[in-house]
Amino acid sequence: MATTPAPERPPAGDTVSLPLRAAGSAEGRPRRRPPTLVRHLGVAVLFAVLLMLASAKLSAYRDYQLAELAAFVVAVAGLTVLIGLSGQISIGNGAFMAVGGYTGALLFLHLQWPLVAIVLAATAAAAVSGAVFGFAAARLRGPYLAGATLMLAVALPSLATRFQSVFGGDQGLGFYVNVPGFLGVNFSLSEWQAWFNCGIALIALVLLANLIRSRVGRNWRALRDDEVAASLSGLNVARLQVVAFVVSAACAGAGGVLLAVVDGTVSASVFALGLSIQLLTAAVLGGLGTLTGAVWGSALLVLVPTYLENVAQSHGMTQGTSSSVPIVAYGVVLIAVMLLFPSGIQGGLLRLIALGRRRPARNQQEKGSS
Amino acid sequence: MVEFLEFTLEGLSAGMIYAAIALSLVLIWRGTRVLNYAQGALAMFTSYIALEVIDRTGSYWLGFVVAIAAGLVIGAVVERTVIRPVANKPPLNAVIVTIGLLIGVEGLAGVLFTSNNRSFPPAFSITGLSIGSVALGITRNDIFTAVAVLAAAGLIAVVFQYTSVGLRLRATAFNARVARLLGVRVGRMLTLGWALAGLLGALAGMLVTPSTFLNPNSMDGIFVLGFTAAVIGGLESPVGAVAGGLILGVVLSYAAGYLGGEVVNLFGLAALMLVLMLRPSGLFSAAPARRV
Amino acid sequence: MIGSHRTPLAAVAGLAVASMLLAACSSSTSSSGGKGGALTASAPGITAKTITIGSHQPLTGIAAPGYDEIAPSSNAYFQYVNAHGGIYGRKIVYKYLNDQYNPSITSTVVHQLILQDNVYAIFNGLGTPTHLAVAQFINAEHLPDMFVASGCECWNDPAKYPDTFGWQLDYIREGKILGSYIEQHFKGEKIGFFFQDDEFGQDGVKGLSDEIPKSQIVSEQSYDPTNIKIAPQVAALKASGAKVVVSFSVPAFTALLKLNMLGLKYSPQLVVSDVGSDPITLAGLLASFAKNKTAGFGNSLTQGIITDGYLPSLGDASNSWISLFTKIYDQYLKPKNIPFDGNVLYGLSVGYTFVQAMLKAGRNPTRQDLINAVNSGLPQGVAVAPFAYSSSDHNGITGAYIATIKNGALVADTGVFVTDDSATGAVTTYTTPQPAAPASGIPSP
Repeated sequence: MATTPAPERPPAGDTVSLPLRAAGSAEGRPRRRPPTLVRHLGVAVLFAVLLMLASAKLSAYRDYQLAELAAFVVAVAGLTVLIGLSGQISIGNGAFMAVGGYTGALLFLHLQWPLVAIVLAATAAAAVSGAVFGFAAARLRGPYLAGATLMLAVALPSLATRFQSVFGGDQGLGFYVNVPGFLGVNFSLSEWQAWFNCGIALIALVLLANLIRSRVGRNWRALRDDEVAASLSGLNVARLQVVAFVVSAACAGAGGVLLAVVDGTVSASVFALGLSIQLLTAAVLGGLGTLTGAVWGSALLVLVPTYLENVAQSHGMTQGTSSSVPIVAYGVVLIAVMLLFPSGIQGGLLRLIALGRRRPARNQQEKGSS
Repeated sequence: MVEFLEFTLEGLSAGMIYAAIALSLVLIWRGTRVLNYAQGALAMFTSYIALEVIDRTGSYWLGFVVAIAAGLVIGAVVERTVIRPVANKPPLNAVIVTIGLLIGVEGLAGVLFTSNNRSFPPAFSITGLSIGSVALGITRNDIFTAVAVLAAAGLIAVVFQYTSVGLRLRATAFNARVARLLGVRVGRMLTLGWALAGLLGALAGMLVTPSTFLNPNSMDGIFVLGFTAAVIGGLESPVGAVAGGLILGVVLSYAAGYLGGEVVNLFGLAALMLVLMLRPSGLFSAAPARRV
Repeated sequence: MIGSHRTPLAAVAGLAVASMLLAACSSSTSSSGGKGGALTASAPGITAKTITIGSHQPLTGIAAPGYDEIAPSSNAYFQYVNAHGGIYGRKIVYKYLNDQYNPSITSTVVHQLILQDNVYAIFNGLGTPTHLAVAQFINAEHLPDMFVASGCECWNDPAKYPDTFGWQLDYIREGKILGSYIEQHFKGEKIGFFFQDDEFGQDGVKGLSDEIPKSQIVSEQSYDPTNIKIAPQVAALKASGAKVVVSFSVPAFTALLKLNMLGLKYSPQLVVSDVGSDPITLAGLLASFAKNKTAGFGNSLTQGIITDGYLPSLGDASNSWISLFTKIYDQYLKPKNIPFDGNVLYGLSVGYTFVQAMLKAGRNPTRQDLINAVNSGLPQGVAVAPFAYSSSDHNGITGAYIATIKNGALVADTGVFVTDDSATGAVTTYTTPQPAAPASGIPSP
């Protein structure tokens, strides 16, 4: 039998959760499933083990890239929830990354807090700033919200210059973490960074996944699909929107502090407008509203420019005008992905998988009828 | 007092540039509901075309005309080739396409013209004017800038209000489906909207590039402020775009003059948030209508 | 269009798959030490035939104009050395990656250079915020971090960064030398400052303020390099009545300053730091503002600007260094349409100093050998004043001469002044003449 996806719901992401299906719930929904949180946690632990094994196999540089990727995944995941679920837009989440990064660096330098506590505090600080901005912007929609967040991203870094004694001005603040003692002196720093960042990223993804499936997540979707209807059915629109801003800012803050761990520094020029635009690009290219999409989008963000740069290098294109060739190629990649996969990479993959599934089914049917 | 006058005049002349960019964004937004992040980059590119023409022929005005024409053509081509395919897709897809365009066009300019700063001629003298012994702090070129932007804005207003093309453009912007039913060739109108925006962008590029010098990133900062100006004015309103540009220009000029260069962007943010908190759809928007 | 909101499964699967992909293309190499008569792979990045060094440079983006000429120019000098016997027979391979002046990308490319490409040393990494992002990592990996392209005082910190060395005249010394000249030649005049609001401008102002009496300073205006509308700051300088304006600015903003002064009919004596005063760059930026394309118009606008120089003047054709570099420029850089300006001179010069250090480090150097070589001091070479290098001082060039731009070239007004980076250290004259360039163009070991 040829199955067609229900018209109002495009093929959902659960088609990708193959391991879980294989584990048992492929057929009947009525069969008892463990609670969502437990399921998510179990899966996260499984992948944590896989990532740890992988990180040991990776070269130090690849571990570094993995750590960088994890930092972006957290920030992009928060943004994809904001845009894809609550229907608001932000072109300024780099500013919240800056709040997280600077908070983390200040705590690291002055109070020498343990890293996990620093991440929590940075996340909280970014959440608070997200709440403040969310309240101020609660009445804004579409391009006006885009404009406000854009200017936030442009203006916030200049605070670092204005209050130089605190934020280190243009030089920024150092954030150079060491491998914790219990791992031994010969443990590679970048492997530790990969462990730490991937660990935090997994926790963030589990929390977000649960939030998405919670009542808040459902209300967000109602809000996104029809604000008036949602409001008429008794939802507090403004509060839901502020909460979405807080969640995405918190994720950006966590991503910011993780990026600072990878970079070994925070400085204003890291958090320039370009970063915010990168986050938006990654969220949309990956596929809005899906956490998997956030991973694809971040991978595109972290790996593709480096790859293009290295291809250009190996062709001797480093001098004069040809140093811009990888930039052109990146621009073309962005446009091409959007034209080829209108629903992002995740959407495109799902369509491919759906196609792959349908074909054998059709063959069977044909056999049966002949 | 002289200082205050100077700051004000400088703010207004900077504001004219933001107004031109804002106006082009408003045109595109009204027609296609797309925020074109590549608007500044395209203006940078047409300025390179102008400079090549000026360097080869020695004629500023020939370069000017070619840049304006190039803006028109590039705007139309962009709409046809990369914007239309994403027209019926989720709205952010078009945004990402314009971001890709921004990155690609800046890269292309680097490939074709190197990333070095190039000197760009002004239309008129940049030596200050004075009344008696008091220097005004504005130049002939500043006056030309103001006249050119206001003339372009006026022309567009006239076209929109009093011509049949303008009527069709407005109908398309108001409701493309209804316009199509009424026999308007909506596709053409959308292309025309982008072409006109390209023209305005090219004009802004010609006017501002003498004071930024020309390099692949030279329009980045100007674009951000032009965008901010458009939001302050209200994206639906050409008058708002001009007003938003002038307000922003003056606010930033006072901030830089009285408080120092490093607070300029903070004041830009403050001005924007203040306006939006009072009027969430900008100063010159119609009463906020909920789309049901 | 919104897909899965179900489990993080797919998301973490993605993360895992991405890491597998990374694993598939990972690689690692090891190295061995050793010394002897034959050329050996004495350190990572060194083989019997090559020395591979790396750098981060802004090849595209806001900092690219001008600065993107520096690395190709250093590379031109290395190619010249390679073509004339190399360093003890080894050829220098210079791998410079584009960081777009973004510290986050700097971190990525430097990790790649060190962890994956196994470079022997990092050379002339450009920019203060960018290089600060990687200095600690480079030092933790014990790579020689040679001759950072920034005049920040921060590179002189042997306790924190034992392997990092500055090269160019630092901005504090530069500010002091300019300041002491102004103090002597513009006694009692009102003086205004115009500066970039980052460490470059602020260090410069710090140095200036050490020398110029506070009572003379009437206005301090800063600019944000992303905002080209500086007319208000110029108006404020004018309103303060400053007769001398000292500018710590990059060339584009020096040119903007000059243009805005024309617009305000304000013509104080301009004093500009070395970074922002390259006559060729400035004249190019201002060239289009003449009526009817007057030849040399750009030069007429830069005429009379006072500045300082820590390298020989490009306009001094009789200087042996300039004639050497002109030869190399004509062979390697002219065909690439790179103008022979201050950035090219800078790149060639710092390349020369690196070759001096490599030759001093020995036939089969370890990484530490190179660091030790610089710690024990380097001959002055192309700089007009000696280097500060010692195991307790990692600053580079210590002095400069004062010059005026005349007809598009620096013309020295004074001899060379040297000073230290403290608030109290005196500015003194340095009379030893600069050594001539070696006839071969390559330093002797």
